[in-house]
Order: sequence, then structure tokens, then C-alpha cells
Amino acid sequence: MSWSRREFIQIGSVALGATSLALGGRRSLFGLDSPDVADPHTDGDRVVATLCELCFWKCGVLAHVQNGRVTKIVGNPAHPLSGGKLCPRGTGGIGLLYDPDRLKQPLIRRGDRGSQHYEAVSWEAALDHTAENLLKIKAKYGPEAVALFSHGFGGSFFKHLLNAYGSDNVGAPSYAQCRGGREVGFQLTFGAPVGSPEVLDLENCRAIALIGSHLGENMHNTQVQEFATALSRGAQLIVVDPRFSTAAGKAKHWLPIKPGTDIALLLAWIHVMLGENLYDHDYISKYAIGLEELKAHVADKTPEWAAVETGLSVGQIVDSIRLLAGARPAAMLHPGRHTAWYGDDAQRARAMAIVNALLGNYGRQGGFYLPTKLPVAKYPGIPAYATKPPPAPDRPKGVTYPFADESLAHGLRDASVPGTAAYDIKGWIVYGTNLMQALPEPKKTLAAIQHLDFLLAIDVLPAEITGFADVVLPEATYLERWDDVAVTPYKEPFVAIRQPVVPPMYGSKPGWWIARELSKRLGLEMYFPWTDAGQMVEARLSAAGFDVAQVKKTGVVVAKHKPICLEEGLEPTFATPSKKIELFSQQLADAGFDPMPKYTPPEEPPEGQFRLLTGRTPTHTFGRTTNNRFLSQVYNENEVWLNARIAKERGLANGEMVSLINQDGERAGPIRLKATQRIRPDCVFMVHGYGHESKGLHFARGRGGNDSKLMSRTKIDPLMGGTGMSVNFVRIEQVTP
Amino acid sequence: MRNPRYVMLVDTRLCVGCKACVLACKSENNVPDGYCREWIVEDIWGEFPDLRAEIRSTRCNHCSNAPCVDACPTGASHFALGGVVLVDHDACTGCKACIASCPYDARYVHPDGYVDKCTFCLHRVARGELPACTTVCPTRTLHFGDANDPHSEVAALLRSREWKVDHPETGAEPNLYFLV
Repeated sequence: MSWSRREFIQIGSVALGATSLALGGRRSLFGLDSPDVADPHTDGDRVVATLCELCFWKCGVLAHVQNGRVTKIVGNPAHPLSGGKLCPRGTGGIGLLYDPDRLKQPLIRRGDRGSQHYEAVSWEAALDHTAENLLKIKAKYGPEAVALFSHGFGGSFFKHLLNAYGSDNVGAPSYAQCRGGREVGFQLTFGAPVGSPEVLDLENCRAIALIGSHLGENMHNTQVQEFATALSRGAQLIVVDPRFSTAAGKAKHWLPIKPGTDIALLLAWIHVMLGENLYDHDYISKYAIGLEELKAHVADKTPEWAAVETGLSVGQIVDSIRLLAGARPAAMLHPGRHTAWYGDDAQRARAMAIVNALLGNYGRQGGFYLPTKLPVAKYPGIPAYATKPPPAPDRPKGVTYPFADESLAHGLRDASVPGTAAYDIKGWIVYGTNLMQALPEPKKTLAAIQHLDFLLAIDVLPAEITGFADVVLPEATYLERWDDVAVTPYKEPFVAIRQPVVPPMYGSKPGWWIARELSKRLGLEMYFPWTDAGQMVEARLSAAGFDVAQVKKTGVVVAKHKPICLEEGLEPTFATPSKKIELFSQQLADAGFDPMPKYTPPEEPPEGQFRLLTGRTPTHTFGRTTNNRFLSQVYNENEVWLNARIAKERGLANGEMVSLINQDGERAGPIRLKATQRIRPDCVFMVHGYGHESKGLHFARGRGGNDSKLMSRTKIDPLMGGTGMSVNFVRIEQVTP
Repeated sequence: MRNPRYVMLVDTRLCVGCKACVLACKSENNVPDGYCREWIVEDIWGEFPDLRAEIRSTRCNHCSNAPCVDACPTGASHFALGGVVLVDHDACTGCKACIASCPYDARYVHPDGYVDKCTFCLHRVARGELPACTTVCPTRTLHFGDANDPHSEVAALLRSREWKVDHPETGAEPNLYFLV
């Protein structure tokens, strides 16, 4: 060897100073036993226990800090939702914190809405301008003319601000665009929503059926952990999905169902359960009403009938439900989470709830547990809100969605078009949700924005929606701020806190600070007596009797386990009108709806078109992480999945770039084609959250296709107003290079 | 005291291919952008709708009869504690003979000029912790330990579960096992 490694480095690398791996550990070149690996020294000189915000599950994490820089983020073993383990996103918080594209200073718009022509201004100027506009709207139209769109834990401070200001128009796309249908279906049946974290005792489950849930690609940490635990203990798995999902690859039965026909399968399952006496007689007779009506309702919903509708075989339908019911009560039809698909989603959830009721699993071990929650009062000593706002104008005039129990985000958007709803929305505060992708029908969002008097966006990254705002306020990331106290209903109730790991970078500010500064300018400072959220957290914890220092140290306090199911001695109760599980829903009948779920065949895709289905990848949370360069090292663009045989017939090659054009001529892409055996021939699938156009998202911009653009059509759930989005069809066009 | 033989077991029944292991490794070991020491293999067999899948988290196999150690002209690739195969960065010239010899394509040239790969996080193991990938894994797919200790979890799993290794035909005696 004629040259040393040092010289090699000089030849091979210009960044000699960046050589970061410690090399001092090596002692004996040929030693067989020396633990001589170089320590990469990523352990922190300081470790802060806090809560992740890469998704909304709020897993406990430990952030390692070295010389003021976050070196790594690992799971907090003390936190019940992570147990020291993380999904891929959790590790990737550093990619958010150090994202060079972060919003760095307050901005005021100087060009047309959408022109993205902004001037950087001082916080003082931005806050004054914002408050002035909010006060103008209040004086002119009343405070209820301002709506908040919010997603994420930090939104609670802006909800508080909005409530104090006099409006309760808070729309989260996580309801009408996501889990709302499910919550209403379960509420109607069991008297309680499924909630988040979902009240599922997956780890003790002996047979699990997923229908339209791609757990494992959808990485809600605790659920994935419990799912794997159940599988490792030999639980049987049934997966109903038009796509051969990751979970399907582990299933005893994969039912590649025709999209939109779930209710037919569910009714046939109920038919088999009742006809073959596979249901829990004692449980149903004690806790449920409506069995006879249900029997009559499904009498003709035979597996043979469902086979025609669903494209499944009679054997698949019968075998799978026998397998599931054979394990009851520790058997579960997973309720899913994202369920805004076909416009009859609350009824679909009802059918799922009924299957679970027949399994006798509600309030049972291995089924749905009855969570406990610690009593922690909201902001102690804060005056009551001064005004009681009118109901949200979140639906068109004359339309009622009698079972909606949260405001509809798209409805508040649509109320911004004057004269269409009970009253007009004139101002938006958009916190942490990119409405251009989070809502379907983006053209409606664009049109609504043009009618607004004022749009404030508070965000970490320059998502598309910030390009339409009048004022953009750069929030500190979750690693740089306090947030509220997380009081989580769970198997063991616990409280956990998010606390700053490092100071805010650039000119960003924590959400509490922003809300409080606005409150001062709106004459509402009495609602924000604490100068920072840390003091507020301390006040809440102390008032509830917690040792604040201890919580700060460990990030979490877990209370004693209390009974959560029948097996532990807790008798289930049901907050329905009958105080029983309602197989037959008089509430629905009284409101003019089907008291038991009915099947409506879905519209067929036109010739040459495919039904567009969307979902998740483990590495990303919608569009909010797609600019994260660290996470993107393992997943950096979405693909459109197309059945391999169909692709071949059309001369489309795996990996080539294509455009997607929907029934209304809306386009997405170019997007890479994944020609695969893993999907039915009548649909295509893509991961949500790509195809960004914002100039400021230098990494994500132009990668992959934007599914939201293709959702120019929705089918509204008449029970609760959810936007069914799997009702769009696309054709595939080759991109000529 | 018996010499330990460190092995890693990958439960293919549980792995969902989420890549939490890949990213935790990158973060723990400061693996430069654009490189990784471990990766996910997804095998799909069959045609729609008769399909079978296997997902594996994979990395350096830390072979007991490691071709890379044989191939290395400078002794940079060597056996360390527990039979873990390491690369001494100082001794490595970046000649890539080891890369050519590795049946698993587990090595890459670090931008700083030396060959780099999985270390089984021996720096963590030496202080009684598990490798970063094993610690983070939300599905508990990964098991790490001493196969020579009959009381270890890994030894028990190797006795009780069916397993396979990748490329057994090379005679490299890999220490990365896939539970099937």
C-alpha cells in the first residue's frame, strides 16, 4: 500500500472537515475479540422526552441533543403508545426540524392570491395586520364568520383563541374526509365512537379481519405493534382489499373484493353468522336489540348473492367468516380509520359494527375495550367564553346531516361562497393542514378562497395553502415548542407532554406564543394568562395533582390499570337511546334512513377507466412529510399501481411515467407506473400526498402525482356529510419523453 | 467463558417492510445521505389473485466464514467481538475487493473513502444495548443475541422455529437468519 487512508480521503472527498465518524476506538488491527467498532457518537449530551408529531398518534419519543443539535430521535420506553418503538416517521423528525425549506419568517401577501408573491415582515407587523383583519370581520359580519381549519395537536391553542373570539367553526379534514363515517356508524350502534387511539385490544385478538384497512402500510404505531403481537401469537388473519396489501401477504384468507361492494360482503357475513349460529347468543340477548329485524333484513343476503356483487367466491365468503367467528369473542373486524369512500360510509361502518356485535366482542378481551381517561381539567382559572356561537354553516342551505357530530371541513369551505349556507364564512385560519390536498375538489377550495376577506395560514412548511394566504406565520416545529397536555384515553390512562428539545430556529415561534400575541391584539388576553405554553402545562398538571418535574423528566405518567373489559369485571354500557347495542337503529328510522345497512351497487368504471383508490405508505403522513429529505431516502415518490396483465395489454411498462386523467379531465402526474400482480384489474391505487406544486417545497415539488386533483367528484354521506372520494375514475396516458 | 456468536433473526411472518429499521440505523450510525446499511426485500410470487409474499429486513450477514474478510488485502475487514464482521476505517483503502466478494451486496463505499456496512451496532451491544434496528422495530421482527448461549432468545427461536438463510450455497455461514 503506497498511500494512506488520509491521502485517499483527500483524493476522494472535498469535505474532509465533515469526516464525522469517530475513529479512535480501534486498537488491535487483527484482534478477534475487541469491541472495536467506532462509536458514531449520536447519543445526546442531553435527552428530552417529548411527543412525536410526524403523524397524529402522539407517540412518546426521546430526542438526543448534542451541542444544541438534535442527533437522533428514538422511542420512549415509558410511553404506552410507543413502548420505545417507532414507526419510520418517528425517527425522521430531524428531517422536519432541519428542512431547509421551512417557513422562516412572517409573510404578508403582496400579489394576487395564489401568486405566491410575499414580503417578509416583522412578527409585530404580521400580527397587527392579522388582528386588524380579524377585528374587521368581527365588526362587519360577527365572529362566527371566521373558521379554523386545523390538523395536529398544536391546533388546540387556535381553537381556544377562536372560541374566545366568538366562533366555534372548527373544521378538521380528519372528520368528514377521513374517520367521520366510521365514528358515526359505531356511535349509532354501540353509543360510542371508536376514537383515537382506536379502542382495539388487538394484541389479545385470536382472529382479525381487515376490510379496507391496510395496517402495516398505515403505521399507527401501537396498533401495528399489537397487530404483530397477535400474529406472533398465532392469530388468524383475513384481509378484504382490492389490493394485495402488506397485511394481505400475511393473511390466511385474502378477499380481493370489487371496490365499493363491502356492504354486500358484510351483509352476507351477517347472513352466515345468523344462519349458522356463529354469533354470541348470550351476549346478543343480554346487550343488543333488533336481532329479529336483522335476521329478516339479511334473509336473502346469501353468500351466493354477495359472490356476484363482490367478485369473491362463495367459499371465500363463508370460510372467512367461519374462521373469524370461530375465535369469538377474541375476534375482531377492524373498524379501519380512513373511511370516506362511497357516500354510504356511515352505513358501511354500521354493518361492520353489527358484525362485531355478533362476535360479542364489544367490551371484551381481544375485542373493543372500554378505555379509561385521567381527569385533567382544561386551562385552570380561565374565564368562560363570552359568546355562544351559532351552529356551523357547514352544509348547504336546507340540508341536514343529522348524525354529524363534528363540523365538516369541506362544508365550512363551501360556506365561504356567499349565500350558499346559513351564513357566510369570510375569514379562514388554517393551522397545519394543507387544504389544497386535504380536501377533495380543490377547484372548489380555490374558488372559495377568492371570496374571503382574510386568510391566515400557520404552518411549518410552505405547503400549497400558504401560497393563498394573506398572512403566513411560521410556526416552530414540534421539537421546538410546548404543546398542550395530552390526556389520552387508553388501556392504562396516561398524561404526556410535548416539550421543546431545542429553541425555535429562524424566526419561527411556538403556536401558543402566536395565539397569545393575537389574543392581546384582539382584546382576549385574559384567555392566555401564561406567557408560554410551558407555564400552562405546569398549571394544568399541578391542578390535576401531578409532579411536574417528574412528568418533564419522563415525558409521561401512566396511571394504574383499571378494568377495561368484561373479563376484568367491567360490565359494558351503551350510550344509545335504548342503552343497548342497536342492531336495528330506531334513530336512523326516525330520521328517515335505513335502520339497517342496505347495499347499493357502485357505479361501474367507464370503458378504459379505472376506479381510483388511495392509501398510505409507512414512511409518510399525507403531504406533510413528503418534503422530508430524511424520510424520502427510503420513499421519495408515489407510484400508480396497475394490474400487470392490464398494463401489458395496453403496452404500458412497469416503471414508466404516465399521466392520470379523471372523468372530468383533471390531470395528475407524471407519476411512475407500478405494473403489479397485487391489484385487481378494475382499479388503480396511489399513495396520497404527492404531486406538490408549491415553489417553496424544493424537494417534494413535482414528485409523483396528486390524488386530490383527481377527486373532483365526491359522494356525500347523507347521515353525516362525509365526502366519499373513491368515486372517481381515471384513465392512464403515456408520457412521451 | 464461551465465545459469543452474535446473530440476528428476522421474523418474516411479522415484518411489514415499513423501513423503520433502515431509518433508525441511518440515524444511529450517521449513515450519509443516499446510503443505507440495511434494506427491505419484498418477494411476491404468483399471479393475481393467487399470490404469496415475503418481506424481509436485511443487512450484512456477519458470516462466520466471511468471504469479505478473506478478500480484504489489508486486514481492514476482520472479525470482532461475537464474530461480528467489521471494517477498520483506517486500514481500509477502498479497493472494493470485499464488495466484489460479498454474496449479499451489503457493503458500500462511504463518501469518506472507506468501505462501510452494518456493524450489528456493536458500539451499543458493547454497552448492553440492542442494535438500533432491533430496538426500533414496531413489529418485533428483529431478534439479536448470542446463538452460542443456549438460554438466549435467539437460540430458543432457532431451535423452535423454521428458518432459512440467504445464499447458503456460498458456504459463508451467514449469521442472519430468516424465520419463516
